[in-house]
Amino acid sequence: MDIRVTQDPFDPGAESNAFIARGAAAGAAVTFTGLVRSLPDDPILTLTLDCYPELAINQLTGLAATAAARFHLADVTIIHRYGPMQPGEPIVQVMTLSAHRQPAFDAAQLIMDHLKTDAPFWKKEQTAQGEHWVEAKSADDKAKARWE
Amino acid sequence: MKILYFAWLRERLNKGEEDVTLPPEVTTIAGLLDWLAGRDEAAALALEKRSLIKAAINAKLVQHDTSLVGAHTVALFPPMTGG
Repeated sequence: MDIRVTQDPFDPGAESNAFIARGAAAGAAVTFTGLVRSLPDDPILTLTLDCYPELAINQLTGLAATAAARFHLADVTIIHRYGPMQPGEPIVQVMTLSAHRQPAFDAAQLIMDHLKTDAPFWKKEQTAQGEHWVEAKSADDKAKARWE
Repeated sequence: MKILYFAWLRERLNKGEEDVTLPPEVTTIAGLLDWLAGRDEAAALALEKRSLIKAAINAKLVQHDTSLVGAHTVALFPPMTGG
């Protein structure tokens, strides 16, 4: 298990390759990468994530352990960045390794659905009109609830 | 005891952390939120929707009715929006 909370940029491809190389014989590896979104009708200049790193490590470690036990994972990695980021940059990467694809997909999804509401990160969007804190979405609570 | 503030709560209170000495009657997160809100107008405004505020004691998530016994660091923050 590898849990990282960092202000440094990370290379999603290199991370994925290293993860697969460590457990190539397991059978199925899933990688999810979350990127800074900036759409034409809602352009963002900078996304800044505030973070409580100590709690984030505790929450993500617990989440990874829960997913690993429930889906019998061979390995799991969660990387989450904080600080200022530009559109297109990776924010988060979740990688799961299992004997078969379904548990690997499910575990990655469970981790992301819980991470959204349970890990102490807060997004602030800077646009041409100014800056604002992103509000928590009820859809994220619903996405989490389906795993209960 | 140290209190940490994050995101818009930190901005509205204009501080990221502070050291406080609590009166003996403040024994839970809920009590702490009430006590902080009673200190000044900025805090009263920032903590207006108190039920939304989340809390951690010694870097573990807790509920509002959790006791402050053994707490050396309390963190208060809005709902999380990571990922």
